Amino acid sequence: MTNWLLGAFAFVGNRTVSGLQGMGRAWGLFLGATASIRNVDVWLPHLLPQMARVGVASVPIALFIATFTGIVMSLQASYTLTGAIPVYFVGTLVGKTMILELGPVLTALTLAGRVGANISAELGTMRVTEQVDALETLAYDPLAYLVVPRVFAAVFMFPIVVLLAIGIGIASGWFTALQLLDMSSPEFVKGLRLFFEPWDVWFAVIKSVSFGAVVTGVGCYFGLQTERGAEGVGRSATRTVVVASMLILCLDAFWATVLL
Amino acid sequence: MSIYLTEVRKAFGPKEVLKGFSMSIEDGETAAIVGPSGIGKSVLLKHVVGLLRPDAGSVVVDGVSVPELDRKGLHRLRRRIGYVFQFAALFDSMSIAENVGMGLRRIPGWDRRRIEDRVEDCLSLVELAGMGDRYPAELSGGQRKRAGLARAIAPEPKFLLYDEPTTGLDPVTTSAIDRLILRMRDELGVTGLVVTHDMTSAFRVADRITLLHDGRARFSGTPAEVKAASDPVLKGFVEGDPDLYYRDGWRREGMHAGGQDHGA
Repeated sequence: MTNWLLGAFAFVGNRTVSGLQGMGRAWGLFLGATASIRNVDVWLPHLLPQMARVGVASVPIALFIATFTGIVMSLQASYTLTGAIPVYFVGTLVGKTMILELGPVLTALTLAGRVGANISAELGTMRVTEQVDALETLAYDPLAYLVVPRVFAAVFMFPIVVLLAIGIGIASGWFTALQLLDMSSPEFVKGLRLFFEPWDVWFAVIKSVSFGAVVTGVGCYFGLQTERGAEGVGRSATRTVVVASMLILCLDAFWATVLL
Repeated sequence: MSIYLTEVRKAFGPKEVLKGFSMSIEDGETAAIVGPSGIGKSVLLKHVVGLLRPDAGSVVVDGVSVPELDRKGLHRLRRRIGYVFQFAALFDSMSIAENVGMGLRRIPGWDRRRIEDRVEDCLSLVELAGMGDRYPAELSGGQRKRAGLARAIAPEPKFLLYDEPTTGLDPVTTSAIDRLILRMRDELGVTGLVVTHDMTSAFRVADRITLLHDGRARFSGTPAEVKAASDPVLKGFVEGDPDLYYRDGWRREGMHAGGQDHGA
C-alpha cells in the first residue's frame, strides 16, 4: 500500500516537473522567436513559400470539410426546427454556426493535423540529422530561419483559409436547402441576414489568427525538441496534433468568454 | 591565436562526459582527438563552435572565450569556423550548390555571381564539379561527406572541425577524404581539429593526436610518439585490443573491464 502511494506521488511529481520544464522551454522558444523577428533578412525570403505551403496547399482539405459541414448543418437545422419555428431559421443557424464556430474550429483542427504535424516532422528530422546544428554553424539563427516564417505564414493564411471555408460552408448549406429542403433562396438569405453581425466575421478572424500561431508554434516547439531518430520524429508529430488540438479548443472557449 | 580547451567539464544529467579535458591546437596545425564511439568526442567539438556550453573550464578560439559570447558574437566567430558533420547534415530540400552557398549568403557584400563562382570552386576542390544541381539523396555517402566539406570551406574559414569524417566509408573513399583534409591544411592553411576513432586516418592527417579517455586527455603526442608509447590504454585503443584498453578496470556505460557488452 505504502509503495503504491509512493509510486503515485512519484508519478504525479515527475509529471508536474516535466510539465513545468516543458512550459519553461516553450516560453524560451517564444521569447527567442520574438527576438529573432528583427533578423528580417533571414526569415523574409521564406515567408511567401511558407504561406503557399501552410495556406494555399491547405485550401482543398479545408473546403472539402466545410462543404460537408454546410450540408449536414442545413439538414440538421431543418430537422431540429420543425414545428413552430420558421424554416428560414435554417439560414440563421447555418450562417451563425459556420462563422462563429465550425468554420474556424474545424478548419484549425484539420490544419493541426496537416500543417502542425508536417512542421513538427520536418523540423524534427532536421534536428535529429543535425541540420539545425548545421544552420547554427553557418551563422544562421535557426529560430529566424525556421520558426518565424512558419508562424507568420500561418498568422496571415489561417484567416484566409477560414474565411474561404466559412463561405463554402454557407454556400453548400444554401445549396442543400434549395435542393433538399424545398426552401427558396430569399428564405435562406432572410435567415442568414437575420442575426448577422459584421463583428462575427472579425471574431472568426481573431480566432483564426490565434489558431494559426498555436498550430505552427506547437509544431515548431515539438519539432525542435525531437530526440532519438525516426521514433522521436513520429512522437513529436503525434504530440503536436494532440497538444495543438487541445489548445485550439481552450482558445476557442477563451475567445468566446472574452469577445462575445 | 588558436584553439585552447582548459579543464572542460560537461555532464548530461547524472552522466559526466567530460571531466576536465585540456588540449591546445596551434595555428596551421591539424590535431586529432581519438577515442571509442560514445566517449564524448563530438561533445568536445560542439564546445569549440559554441553549440554546447561547458559546465566548467574554458574554451578559447582565436583569442575569444566561446562560452561568454552572445548570439551575435557566436555568429561572428562561426564565420571563421567550418564544421564538417559526421553524416554531412546537408539540407535535404536544397541542391548541393544551394547547400554549399548557404554560408556565403550570410557574408555582407557577396553578390549572386560571386557566390556561384565560389560554390563552383569549392565543388571542384572536393572533386564534385558539375554535381551542384543534384540533391543530397542522389549522392553516395562519400560524395555527401565531400559536399559537407565543400559547404564548410566555402566561407574561407580559419578553422575546420571534422566530426568523424571517414566513418562508414570504404578504404579508398576514406583515403580520398584524408587527402582532402591534408589539402585544406597545406593549400588553404586552415587549422584543423578532427575527431575520429579511425586510427589509420588519424595517423595520416594529424600533426598531433590526443586520446580522450574517461573524460580527460589521456595522452597527447605526434603520430610517431603515439606509435612508440607504452601506455596500455593508448596501445589497446591503437591496436584495437579490448583486453589492454580496459585493463585498468575503467568502465564505460554498458561495458566492463575486458570489453564485454552488458548492454546488449
